[in-house]
Amino acid sequence: MLAKRIIPCLDVKNGRNVRGVKFSADIDAGDPVELATRYDAEGADELVFYDITASSDGRDIVMDLVQQVSERIFIPLCVGGGIRSYDDVRAILKGGADKVSLNSAPVHTPEIITQAAESFGSQCIVCAIDALRRPDDGSGKPSWEIYINGGRKATGLDALEWVDELVDRGAGELVLNSIDADGTRDGYDLELNRAVAERVDVPLVASGGAGTTEHIYQVLTEGRASAALAASIFHFQVYSIPEVKTYLSDRGVTVRHHAA
Amino acid sequence: MIAIADYGMGNLRSVEKAFQFLGHDAFVTDDPQRTRDASHLVLPGDAAFGDAMRKLRAAGWDTAITDHIATGRPFLGICVGLQLMFASSEEMGQHTGLDLFAGRCRRFPAQERVPQIGWNQISIQQPCAILDGVEEGSFFYFVHSYYVEADVESESVALTDYGLSYTSIAARDNIFGVQFHPEKSQQVGLRLLANFAALN
Repeated sequence: MLAKRIIPCLDVKNGRNVRGVKFSADIDAGDPVELATRYDAEGADELVFYDITASSDGRDIVMDLVQQVSERIFIPLCVGGGIRSYDDVRAILKGGADKVSLNSAPVHTPEIITQAAESFGSQCIVCAIDALRRPDDGSGKPSWEIYINGGRKATGLDALEWVDELVDRGAGELVLNSIDADGTRDGYDLELNRAVAERVDVPLVASGGAGTTEHIYQVLTEGRASAALAASIFHFQVYSIPEVKTYLSDRGVTVRHHAA
Repeated sequence: MIAIADYGMGNLRSVEKAFQFLGHDAFVTDDPQRTRDASHLVLPGDAAFGDAMRKLRAAGWDTAITDHIATGRPFLGICVGLQLMFASSEEMGQHTGLDLFAGRCRRFPAQERVPQIGWNQISIQQPCAILDGVEEGSFFYFVHSYYVEADVESESVALTDYGLSYTSIAARDNIFGVQFHPEKSQQVGLRLLANFAALN
């Protein structure tokens, strides 16, 4: 059976791993290569490097990290953050990443997805969305708006309509990041995950809000996510990856147990 | 020396790195002639079947692969590389493959999320040299939207479930194909690659 994935995310700024709360206030959370090595040994199913420097210097630093990590770690690596063009996508894949994660770029130029998926295959084109819950309009139906530039800029795009377009254009996987939940450790936005799961058929990665193993369990079951991404609970060793996986498998969720 | 075929598709460096990590000489080449002196040949692939076959044929890889196999040297197809070893595919039209295995490549049924992305288990159907030391039920990393339907039961070495049961490892003599990415499957994947590299 296909296992639910646990994916630690490393937010990298100037070569250090940092962690923010609701997209701000950086806290230093360690050396990315050291962390990646620890996560690999613990049985992470994938690793995400997210470049929040988002400058060309920052990109070189992240690529250097990917290079170092991929020499000795044999699990999939995904790189995101500040990717603007088709050439950026190509350079990142060539540099040793298995997937790229696009976020703001498709809002400006949706063609980047089509073009990259045609050249490299949908399997390596991940689209991430940052969604903020809209105030209740009285309809009883929740809705979310897409934000870009690290959650700073509203786009006016409706999240559920936007995910349709991303998938139609060739996104092979979606990362759903809830701005409301990000860094709060209060739990994932289950409604957001469920609403997207009903609309599209590609795998979904839930992101933002993991605070307990129960939160992860909820989003992988009720939330219908294929994978759970988390940052701070792993960086600060609130939980280890084996602890999360044991919790999940005790409750009947299929996970991959890593034989060290 | 292990040659890795570069026909303009996919992340080949990770396959090369995995063999090098295991202490084997491996090289990526876009020149089919360079496989003449190679002890082993690996055909990776991440792209669409039709495109991949066109590029393989245009560069003369189809002939190089047939020649390599005819001498009994070990051959391994990975992901789309496995799919290309079959007779045909229905991915975006009808395409013919390398026809090393009888069978065809089909799209996953609609009730599952496609592509299948993640770690899934293999159920071993018969002994196979590249599975030495690999346990029944081991998890490997898969990324694909199409699967192979093998016509010859004895060539279907392992099965995997995703909405249906399909062939995830095909083998005959010294030719092998795996649907998953051993180079992305941690220790168990490295073990499989080490087994392949040890064949002669």
